[in-house]
Parts: sequence; structure tokens; C-alpha cells
Amino acid sequence: MILLETKGLTRIYGGLTAVDGVDFALPQGEVHALIGPNGAGKSTFVGMISGRIPASAGEVWFDGQNVTALAAHARIRRGMAYTFQITAVYARLSLADNLALALRSRDRAAALAALDRVGLADRADQMTGDLAYGHQRLLEIAMGVAQKPRLLILDEPTQGLAESEIEGFNALIRELAGETTILLIEHNMNVVMALADRITVLDMGAILASGTPVEIHANRAVQDAYLGTG
Amino acid sequence: MSIGTRSTLLHLGLIALLFVLAFVLPSYHQGNLARIMVLATYAIGYNVLFGYTGLLSLGHAMFFGAGMYGLGLAMQYGGLGVIPAFVVALICAAVLSAVVAMLALRTIGVAFMIVTLMFAQAGYLTVLYFGAWTRGDEGFVIAQSARQIAGLDLTQPTTRYLAALVLFSAALLITARMMQVSFGSVLIGVRENEERTRMLGYDVFRHKLAAVIISGTISGAAGAGYAVLFGYVGATFTSVQYSIFPLLWVLLGGAGTTIGPLVGTLFMFYLIDYSSGLTNAYMLIAGVVLVLLTLFARLGLVGEIRKRWVAWLP
Repeated sequence: MILLETKGLTRIYGGLTAVDGVDFALPQGEVHALIGPNGAGKSTFVGMISGRIPASAGEVWFDGQNVTALAAHARIRRGMAYTFQITAVYARLSLADNLALALRSRDRAAALAALDRVGLADRADQMTGDLAYGHQRLLEIAMGVAQKPRLLILDEPTQGLAESEIEGFNALIRELAGETTILLIEHNMNVVMALADRITVLDMGAILASGTPVEIHANRAVQDAYLGTG
Repeated sequence: MSIGTRSTLLHLGLIALLFVLAFVLPSYHQGNLARIMVLATYAIGYNVLFGYTGLLSLGHAMFFGAGMYGLGLAMQYGGLGVIPAFVVALICAAVLSAVVAMLALRTIGVAFMIVTLMFAQAGYLTVLYFGAWTRGDEGFVIAQSARQIAGLDLTQPTTRYLAALVLFSAALLITARMMQVSFGSVLIGVRENEERTRMLGYDVFRHKLAAVIISGTISGAAGAGYAVLFGYVGATFTSVQYSIFPLLWVLLGGAGTTIGPLVGTLFMFYLIDYSSGLTNAYMLIAGVVLVLLTLFARLGLVGEIRKRWVAWLP
């Protein structure tokens, strides 16, 4: 079953076409990585899927319904979750309070369980702004996961994480795989190769290639545009 | 003891203390405190929007005035009793705040401040324009004989004090409860990070709208209370000065704390009261103290206490 589909999705900023008529389909349960050089339109593309950024043209279909006209919060309510590229947590609230907002509940046990998935349960009552950047990233991921979304959109989740934290992140995503559909923007190719069922390469706002990690790795056009020749 | 229980005890304890003070204070201070409680109710309303939701309005005098004139005109020309006129006042404030919110919430930050300021200025000029009924700057007095609820004479000092206490307690308990349920958490989420809150699936606009209406209606209740308890309705109360006062009270007492509005109002009232007893240049003393407080107690009195010593303070 296709959980998410875009039809001719386009975003124009002034005279610049950031995303140019992208047709994209994401089957339920897949871990799908979106890669491409800086400025390829990846964040704009997922921004339009989540509703943060209005589409200039085209449609977004989620769970069999056209959600193009829905506001971001209404799409989230239908089962999307979104983590920001630049960490967006509540710096002046405790970790537990951050989770309470994500969970829509003040159930402390649930908040602790969600924090435990990223190894932050012992910091539940700390002020979030006092955490190291890597831990704030992990909190952001924990907030996304805690919503039990059907589609989890992660915008560069491993940016700023240490190697050991990246391993933990990979393990978490593998746990979710199967039940949660994941759309992941990622620059770290090791993470992409380790996690993704399929990869889509965006370049200049259009899809350059799409396929399994092995296929993408072998693709001549992708190597020229992005991966280098190594 | 959970944080919720502690804050409930704090609020009930404060109300009990204020109740006892009704019978032990000398009449001068009893009168002052009655006035302070009504003005603190206004500050509580302001705090809902500024302290908890993070929206700085410079036009709350229009909501205070809507309550004041809603009640005053309904009693003066409609011949209504206190309770029905109070209901009219609440409706006026709620409707005005809903209308203003629908327009002003299309803006954020400085633009929101300016738009609310302009609406309030329009409100003030409206009061002057309809001077035939409102008597403009001069205002009008609500007859002593009309200021009664079921035989209770609201002009009698202790009765007036207790009525002010009822008004204050209602506002305090309603907002305290509001901040204990998830609606209040979402308001804080909007204040701390609007975009994050939206992307957690909350309808930010509707929460802000509700916050303006609740804030405006509580401010209107305070305006109506002021009119009926002190018997006077005048345009001064809708001027820009009365939009700045609640901001000062809340900043001094502690934005985003439940008891900060009372502490700030009390502090500023007596600061001016005492310094004017010392010198004619009392605003100089008050000004210096305010500058010192903003320099060294940026979170306000209750906010600093919460930060330094008592982390559970609601």
C-alpha cells in the first residue's frame, strides 16, 4: 500500500524553482532516504509534504487522501511527524515537559519510556537548553518517535551526533522499521546505506534517480552529480 | 506532595490570608487592598496572554474598558442590576477580544503590539466620541443605591473588600487550573517555540485565539468589578496608560507565574503610595526602583524566587 504520494509537487521561490514537479510514492513500512547535494530541494520537498511550506503547484496524498489543502498541524494529526534540520526543541522546558507536549499527555512513565529509547531517561528533569547539541538532536528524534507516527520525516537527524550516538540512532530506526514508514534526509552515506530500503536522489529540484542502495551506488549519473567517483 | 497539590495549597492559602486580612487591616489599607485585588485581576488576565502565551499586547485597556463600560452603561441606561450588568460586561469583553484577536493575530511581534495599541486607541476615541452617553473624560458615577447584590451593599468597605476577593480568587483559580491542564502546556509551547508546537500537531492559531479571549474577558471582568466597587466609569481607564500598567505589574511580579500579578500590583501600588508620602517627586523614586528591579530581577519578584529557591512555584 502506498502511504504517501506526491504528484507534480512544485515550489517556486521568486524566480527560483526549488522543487520542480516531483512525482514520488512511498510504500507503507519502507525506510526511504532522500539524498542530494546542498540546495537540491530536499528540505523544501519534505516541508511541502508536512505542510510547513505551501506548495506552488501539485498535490500531496497521505493515506489515500488528498491533504494538499490541509494545514501542517492537521497533517501531523493524521499521523505524520516531523523533526527539524535545525534542532527545534523547547530549550526552556525540561525534557519531560518536551515529551509531554509531543505525547499530548502528562503521563510521566510514557515520557520516561520515550526518553529511554534515545538514552536520555536519566536527564528527564534537566533544562533542555543545558544539554549538549547531540543530546538535543536525540531529544528531537525521541519527540518524533514518541508521537507513534505512521510517517516519520527526519531532516538530517544524525547531523552533530557522535559516532556512538549514530549507532544508537541506527538501532532505533531499525526497531521502528516495518511498523513506521520513514522518510529520511541524510548526508551521512554510511547511515543511508545501513538503513534505507530505497533511496531517491534529488538534484536541482528534480528526481535524478531512485532505487535500492546497491542500484544507486552503481548509478553513473548519481556518481557524477553527488557521490563522486570513489 | 505533588506539584499540583502544592500549588493548590499555595493558592488556597493566599486566598485564606487575604480573607483574614479583611478583618484585621486598618480601613485605609483595607480599601487599598480591595483596589489592588481588582487591579491584580486585570493583571492576571494580562498574564494569560503575555506571561503564558508570549504575546505582548499594548491595548488591554480596551478590554478593561469594555467590561467597565459594558457594566456601567447597562446599569446607567439599561437599569440593570449588578449581576445582569456584570454578565453584559463579560459578553462585551469576550466579543471585543474575539474580534480584535481575529484581526490582530494575523500579525506577530512588534506588529502585534502596534495593532493592539491602535485598536485600544480607537476604543478610547470611541468612548470620547459618544460623550453624550459616556460623559467622556469626566466620566460618570454609578449611584450608590444601585451598587447592591441581593441586599449586600457593595459600597460598605468590608463587603466591597470581600467582593473584590471573590473576583480575584475566581480569576486566580481559573488561570491556575488552566495551566495545570494540557491547554496551558500548549500555550507555553506556543510561547517557547511556535513552529515546533505547530509541527507537533497543535492548532497554534486557535490556541492563541482562545488565549486572547480568556485574557480579554478576565480583564473585562476586572474593569466591571472596578466600576461597580468604586462607583466610577471614565475614559482614563481606556487610555494607553491603563494598557501599560498591567504590563508593568506582570513584569514586576513575574510573567508566567500565577501569583506574580498580585505581587507586582501590590508592590507598585505601595511603592507609589509610600514614595508620594516622602516627596512630590515620587515618580523619580518609583522610576529608580523599577529600573533597579528590571536590572537585577529580570524575571520579576516571583520569577526570581522561583528561579533561585522555590522551583515548584506555579
